[in-house]
Amino acid sequence: MAKIAAVIASTHHPFYLRASTSTGTDRPPFADEWVAKIEAFRETLTRANPDVLVMVGSDHFHQLWLDNYPQFLVGKAPCYDANFYNEEREFGLPRMFLQGDEELSAYLLRQGLDEGFDLAFSNELRVDHSITCPLITLRPQADLPIVPIYTNIFAPPLPQPRRFVELGKAIRRMVEAWPSDKRVAIIGTGHLSLELGGPRQFGPHGPDPEFDRKAVSWIASSDIDTALAEVSLDSLWLPGNATHGFMDFMLMMGVAGENMKADYTDSLDLFHTMEAYFTWYPTEASS
Amino acid sequence: MSKYLLNKFLFTIDRDPELVERYRADPRGTVEWWDSDRACVILNCPDAERSTWLKFTDDEREALATHDYVRLFELGAHNFLVLTLFIALFERDYEEPLAFQREFAAKLSHWSLPYPDIST
Repeated sequence: MAKIAAVIASTHHPFYLRASTSTGTDRPPFADEWVAKIEAFRETLTRANPDVLVMVGSDHFHQLWLDNYPQFLVGKAPCYDANFYNEEREFGLPRMFLQGDEELSAYLLRQGLDEGFDLAFSNELRVDHSITCPLITLRPQADLPIVPIYTNIFAPPLPQPRRFVELGKAIRRMVEAWPSDKRVAIIGTGHLSLELGGPRQFGPHGPDPEFDRKAVSWIASSDIDTALAEVSLDSLWLPGNATHGFMDFMLMMGVAGENMKADYTDSLDLFHTMEAYFTWYPTEASS
Repeated sequence: MSKYLLNKFLFTIDRDPELVERYRADPRGTVEWWDSDRACVILNCPDAERSTWLKFTDDEREALATHDYVRLFELGAHNFLVLTLFIALFERDYEEPLAFQREFAAKLSHWSLPYPDIST
């Protein structure tokens, strides 16, 4: 059976590439600390020596549109082009080209459907910065095949938070039962408190530092019960109008497993939003 | 009210560099053209297989024609689409990094929760 080499949850800050590569007066004062934290975080994936990456993210109205919007979608294609003109324009992200793993995509779709998740699929998916940002931070050589999984954290009506947790648990079970000798890393990115297009955007910190503090603690200990008790689709508006992206962290807590303490936790308080990084090594924990 | 159509305008302009420039230079003319020519095109269907019923309210059309992002927020246009497109339109006019984004926030500072409903 396949081995889960690592479970990784992270924010996906689209400005990292520009901040980390800028020089001279263009280089922001926090860039060096940010790069050091990212390089340490990257090492947690490198050390796991994965063969394939399952990557959970969310399309930001790039390919997916309101005339036909999936709640959960699995990419099933041999390759994925990546990043869009408006991400190049706003964040300076490069066009990228990624290999897929169609066998794992097909397996997750079949098993997921049979487990009660009516997963949509795409045979021609251009992935966006929710997938490419964690590649840029964790695997900049982008040399491993991926299986992208998109969630709807963006276009109401959204699935309930518990559904994200359940899907995360199912992804964990399915990957562990995959008849393959590959080492799979499962990587998902979301948000802590975040405001986009509202009065609290682009402040000196995330819009709700108290929510961020609690959220980091829930994720670091994979405290699913507390997170589910305190978070609802309605309550997630309060910390910031784009905070529903926290549900992708909840999905990753489902992947990590109930009350599994992260082997690696780090965070960085930045303007606009807090960065947070978590890695679990399930094979070591269960051995 | 057609939040969906507002979003469709923002989405289809934002993804096309030429339309971003056209909307910046001539917002009213771009909205008029889009309203008559593009509003009813279903994005994944041939042009001939159009919808027949989508239209802006006068308030929505005017908000788009005047680049009024505060009004778009109040009308329930999707916050991500408004922000992304308006950064593309106006960030270049500001010297300081993030100055436009902060002005955008300040112009909405009279709003507290709950914000206008963005569901479509």
